[in-house]
Amino acid sequence: MVQGLNYLKESASQTAGPYVHIGLAPWAAGFDIYRKELGHDITGPNAKGERITVTGTVTDGTGAPVKDVLIEVWQANADGVYPGKGAVEDGFRGWGRIIPDFDTGVFSFETVKPGVVIGRNSRPMAPHLNLWLVARGINIGLNTRMYFGDEDAANAADPVLNLIEQAHRRETLIARADGNSYHFDICLQGDAETVFLDV
Amino acid sequence: MTPQELFQRDREWHPPAYTKDYKTSVARSPRNALLSVQNSDSELTGPTFGHNDFDPLDNDLIRNYAKNGGPIGERIIVHGRVLDELGRPVPNTLVEIWQANAGGRYRHKKDTYLAPIDPNFGGCGRTLTDDNGYYVFRTVKPGAYPWRNWVNNWRPAHIHVSVFGTAFAQRLITQMYFEGDPLIAKCPIVKTIPDQRAIDQLVAALDLNATIPLDSIAYKFDIVLRGHRSTFFENRPEGN
Repeated sequence: MVQGLNYLKESASQTAGPYVHIGLAPWAAGFDIYRKELGHDITGPNAKGERITVTGTVTDGTGAPVKDVLIEVWQANADGVYPGKGAVEDGFRGWGRIIPDFDTGVFSFETVKPGVVIGRNSRPMAPHLNLWLVARGINIGLNTRMYFGDEDAANAADPVLNLIEQAHRRETLIARADGNSYHFDICLQGDAETVFLDV
Repeated sequence: MTPQELFQRDREWHPPAYTKDYKTSVARSPRNALLSVQNSDSELTGPTFGHNDFDPLDNDLIRNYAKNGGPIGERIIVHGRVLDELGRPVPNTLVEIWQANAGGRYRHKKDTYLAPIDPNFGGCGRTLTDDNGYYVFRTVKPGAYPWRNWVNNWRPAHIHVSVFGTAFAQRLITQMYFEGDPLIAKCPIVKTIPDQRAIDQLVAALDLNATIPLDSIAYKFDIVLRGHRSTFFENRPEGN
């Protein structure tokens, strides 16, 4: 026998189910209950940097849109600073909740483009949004990142993108740029399956 | 200062993405291996919330949507602590819950179950843990309800729970079940979890000490988030 380690185990994940909106975004479920719902405003009114719009669709392995998905975004500000790590603009939360249109599955949200964040061993990471997806049929939340299609040089040097062995799969994490609009589709399964991360 | 790294998530303890008996997972499960990424600030920081984000009734589901009297159902208290894998409390972190009403019906525009909506029950609540990681909700016990998977599947009574922690990579959604419910062992969603001990950890215990006599019965449910490495020895300074 040896001594016990006495760690606790992380509570096991369970699917958020189809009615996740009741808990995390009641307006989307169809009712109004809180004075202030969380997650509607990623940046607040004082954020510096380029205002951008991101649109896209999450699709399943059959190609159908996942209309009940809920996506959380976590990002640095335009200086590459995460709230809690350093000073950010007053009201900059860096976090929001994205809910697609229940009929079409298309999501759209506004934020500011984050700056370069210094990563491990002081290596810069290309600007990116951290995304976490939950839905019915997703047993444990899926982590991924959205990079920006107009950051070729930074993306080419990004330490996480470079971990992806198959070069063509890196493209699944890079949003198509059109001015200050970006298009980013997420594919849960299939030929164009998005790279998901074990963080 | 960079926050400390997290313990690796135990993927053999959590449900896998693909679980054939929970049919919706079949087309919604990635088939490629996840890309293992060591923690950076992107994973080790996370959103924070303050008391001015919330109202006093937000954690009282018996009163937070009451229009004309209280909701129907068994009055319960759900309480416990948010801990990390080292057993340390996680203070000031956001806990959000949602659930069906006592008849098993959700207040959601997509729920069409024939049990009625309760006009005095919204079905959601939220609170911040206190300095000791403690949280409490008051609600009514949710009902079991049927769902389309096999022809005849019933969800055990459950409350959905969402927790943040301090790092975005600690983000967790799970479900709380109730001690003694015979439907737990039958449920394909519960059984996505491969380890019975991990299932047992999601079953809240009847807690008679926390009941309010002649008022509400209580269940205790502790939630555990990933732990942070508390010590490390750096061989070389960063940048090498």
